[in-house]
Order: sequence, then structure tokens, then C-alpha cells
Amino acid sequence: MSSVMIDTGNYIAAKAAVMARPDVVAAYPITPQTTLVEGIANYRDTGEFKGEYICVESEHSAMSACIGASAAGVRTFTGTSSHGLLLMHEMLHWAALARLPIVMCNINRVVGPGWNIWADENDSVSQRDTGWIQFYCSSNQEIFDTVIQAFKLAEHEKISLPVMISYNAFILSHTSMPVYIPEQEEVDDFIPKRKPLWKLDVDNPITFGNIILPHEYEKVRRDMQNAQEYAKKLIVEINRDWEKRFGRYHGDLLELYKCDDAEYILVAMGAIGSESKVTVDNMRKEGYKIGLARLRVFRPFPGEEIVKLGDKADLIVIDRNVSIGLGGAVFNEVKASLYGKSDAKVYGYIAGLGGKDVTYGDIEKMCKKVVDGKAKHMEWYGFEKGGV
Amino acid sequence: MVDSTLVEIVFHGRGGQGAVTAANLLVAAALKDGNKGVQAFPFFGAERRGAPVKAFARISEEEIHLRSEIYNPDVVIVLDESIMDIVDVIHGLKENGKILINTTKKPGDFSFSKKYGTAVVDATGIALKHELLVGGIPVVNTPILGAIPKVLEKVTLKSIQSTIKGKWKGELADRNVKATEDAYKQVEVSF
Repeated sequence: MSSVMIDTGNYIAAKAAVMARPDVVAAYPITPQTTLVEGIANYRDTGEFKGEYICVESEHSAMSACIGASAAGVRTFTGTSSHGLLLMHEMLHWAALARLPIVMCNINRVVGPGWNIWADENDSVSQRDTGWIQFYCSSNQEIFDTVIQAFKLAEHEKISLPVMISYNAFILSHTSMPVYIPEQEEVDDFIPKRKPLWKLDVDNPITFGNIILPHEYEKVRRDMQNAQEYAKKLIVEINRDWEKRFGRYHGDLLELYKCDDAEYILVAMGAIGSESKVTVDNMRKEGYKIGLARLRVFRPFPGEEIVKLGDKADLIVIDRNVSIGLGGAVFNEVKASLYGKSDAKVYGYIAGLGGKDVTYGDIEKMCKKVVDGKAKHMEWYGFEKGGV
Repeated sequence: MVDSTLVEIVFHGRGGQGAVTAANLLVAAALKDGNKGVQAFPFFGAERRGAPVKAFARISEEEIHLRSEIYNPDVVIVLDESIMDIVDVIHGLKENGKILINTTKKPGDFSFSKKYGTAVVDATGIALKHELLVGGIPVVNTPILGAIPKVLEKVTLKSIQSTIKGKWKGELADRNVKATEDAYKQVEVSF
């Protein structure tokens, strides 16, 4: 049995977080994440959230508190955005290297200056080397389902890594959509109480975060890489289990939409990944053989699945981020995955930075330019006439 | 394909009048009326009391994949008539589009009523009558919601009222429901 709740992405994420029964939430408010932590604080007030809500003075402290809580063996959640995420940067590495399962929502917002609160994925994309598993959502239902699933993934004995769930500022964080909410008992059955592999315990003291020599340190890094490789399989298993229990499925590492006979496949994350479905439908009606592979998981990067796409189609990648001095992050990682394994052509667009609206019409223009053979290898959408 | 059952609505108002809440209540009611795909969102900015604000709503019989703003609405709703001096509210309105305005004027008083189906209701008067005030400002969003079923068949007054009863309780809910009833009865249309 499930009920329908209609609310914004942030309040839906708060609902999911509370239904996962975390023991500790430590957070600091920042636009556009504010209503997420406000929602959790409200559930604390009503008694629906029975864990500890720790108010802190900064995001660095929020992540530090989460690290302490997770090391003490309890289920831990937080949320942040943009500069808040960047202030956590040191502790993001810390949490992952200490192999601490923590689930965090990050609301993708521009990094300043110039000051801007709208959608842009550079905040979380720039944290790709910290060791966190990274999901990108495209609907409020996917936010709900992914937050619950993330605890199962993070706390799995073969993973034991923190998980970040990103979704676009305002486009999802402040947009109301209907979401199916399972019963509490169903969530409890899906994610039973956390069983830590080890924990800080005064009755059973252990050394934690000690000095290690080069050879051992390299093993720590290698083990993290292996855990992320294993996550590729586990994410699929968790998705299938979820589908069996709740009848909902958002794709595995990629969500494939009309790719079977496609000669061109769009690759995009987040809200653009949803809007692109409308483009695919419209272009299919005109006879174009086009599909969409929406990237749900950015870390671990689904290189093998990308190679399979490249076997039969050329790829058109849209990035709402840019690694300055190189180009779109997804574009370059797609190319790296294909190198030596595929002859597929790859075209990259950078679009929607700073919250600039990207419509299905914009995406159609990008695709048709590629099909017409007029697209450059990589370009910034919307600057064709040399405009500013 | 943008599905044929999709209806897009833009609300124009001033910060504090409840445009965003109106959009949220409207789509919650639409969901009750069996529309599977609904969406409501504010114009993404830093809203301030009194400043012009926009809110958007989408209602469809199918799941909605669109995540962009609305540029060509089917319905425009104006919560504050004075907005029309500074915002071109019919900009982008579809050919068969309709506009609902909170005003004491008649539909024929608006020049665009020859081109677009125009509906009018004195939502401010109704809000004052039922003492729907926040910080001394009449909150016109619930009265205007009562008039919407006359311009948008997908949503019923019954669902709007039950949504209101779900959001507020007791005497406050009753006053809001009565305001929707008054608006539903008083709205004048030119189509």
C-alpha cells in the first residue's frame, strides 16, 4: 500500500530521509537546500523524526558531525548545496577514506561569484574525486526512491562509502510533483537498522584514523575503487529489488529511453535528462532515430554501458557543468570510456549554466545540428552568432 | 511529444498574495480529479513582498517530463490587476488561450477580450468579505481558485474545496471554502 504526497523535491527528500529512520541529522541551511532541513526539523518537532537533529555553525562542522555519528555506528543523513558542499570538501574526502556510510542530498546550485542561486552541476561534479558515490535525479519520485535506496547501498558491507544524491536547484527542489510514498513498515523491511562493520565504542576501544605507511595507504585507495566497481552491480540489484517491491524503476546506472534502434543517443543528467524525453518523442515523430541515455550515476561512472551505446549510435552529450580548461565533465568521461573500444562519434554541448533554462526545443536544435553535420566537436549552446 | 492533454497555466501576482500557494493547491486539486501528471513551481527568483512574482502549473493526464519554464500558456491568471501596467501578461498566450483577472471591471473593459476568452472576478472584495488577510494584506489566492473551474474544465470546485480543507482546519478552512464558492458564483466570462 502506498499513498500519494504532492510536494516539492526538498520536502519529498525530507520525507524520505525521515522514513529511513536516521539516528543523526546534522545540517546547516543554505538556499536552495533550506526547505529540506526545515522539513526534517519540522518532523523532529512533530515527533515523526525520532533521531538527533544537530544544529551546527557551518557545513564543515555538519559533515564533521556526520562523520562522528557514522563512526559511532549509527545511520546518518545531511543535505547541502553549492558553497556549503564546497566548504565540506576536506571532510568529504575524510568521510569516504574512513569508509563511513553517510547519505547526503546536494541541491545543485551555481558556485559564485557572480552570485546566483539557480541550477548548475559544477558544485557536485567538482567533488567527483572525493570517493563519494554520486546520483543525479530527474523527478521528485526518483529523489524519494533514491534517498531510501542510498542507505541500503552506503551501508552494504562491501560498499561502506558515503552517497550523494544531487538534484537541480528550484527545477526540482522547489517544484511540486506527486510522489508515491510506501508504508513505514515497507521501508523498515527494505532497510533494516544499520549493522556497522566496526564502531567507536568506549567499552571496546579501537584505533581509528591512525598513521599508515605508503603501501597500506595505497591499499585503502584500491579498496575504495573496488567498492565503487562493486557498487555498479549492487545498484542494479537494489533497483530490481525496489521494482519488485514497489513497482517503480528509474533505470540502472543509465536510464535508457528509446535507444533500441537509435542512430543518435543523447546523454544528459538531472532535469535536462527528463526534458530530453520530450525532444526524443518529438524527433521520433519526424522520423529521426534518436534515443536518450540519462546518466543516473556519475560515480561510479558507467563506462561499460556507455561503450554498449557507442556500438550502435553516435552520442550527443549535454553538460550543465564545465571543467574549465577542458570542457563538459560528462562529455570528457564518455570519450575516455569509449577510447580504444568504440568508433562512435561524440558531440558535446555545454548548456544551462547559471540556471539558464534548457527547453526541449533547445535540445532539439542541438541534436539536429549534429544530424545535419554542422556541429563542432564541442560547443557552448546559445552562442552560435558570436553573441554574449 | 508534448502530450495533447497538457494544460499550462501562469499565475501573475505580487509577493505575499499567494500565487505560489495557488499554483500548488490547483495542481493538488487537479490530481484529485484524476490528472496523473501535475507540476507546480515558482518563477525561480528571490521573491519579495510586493514585487511582481510568477508561478507556473502544468496539468496532464500523463506523466510530465517537462522541466523547463512555461512560455506559451493555455491559461493566464492575474491576482493583481496593477501588475498589468508593468507586465505584458498575455505575452505568449496561446491562440485559444484564456485569461482570468482579479478586478472589479467587466471582461469587455479589456481590449484583449476580443482575442482571448476573458474572465473577471473581484477576488480582493471576496477576500475582504471573508477576512482572508495576512499582515493586513488581502490574500486573494483561494477566491481566485474558486473561479478557475470556469476557465479550466480539468479541475472541479469540489476538488479545490477538499484540497483547501486538507491544508487548513476549522473555521479558517470554512472561510476559505466560502470564498471559493462566492468566486465560482460571481465570475463573469466573455466566452
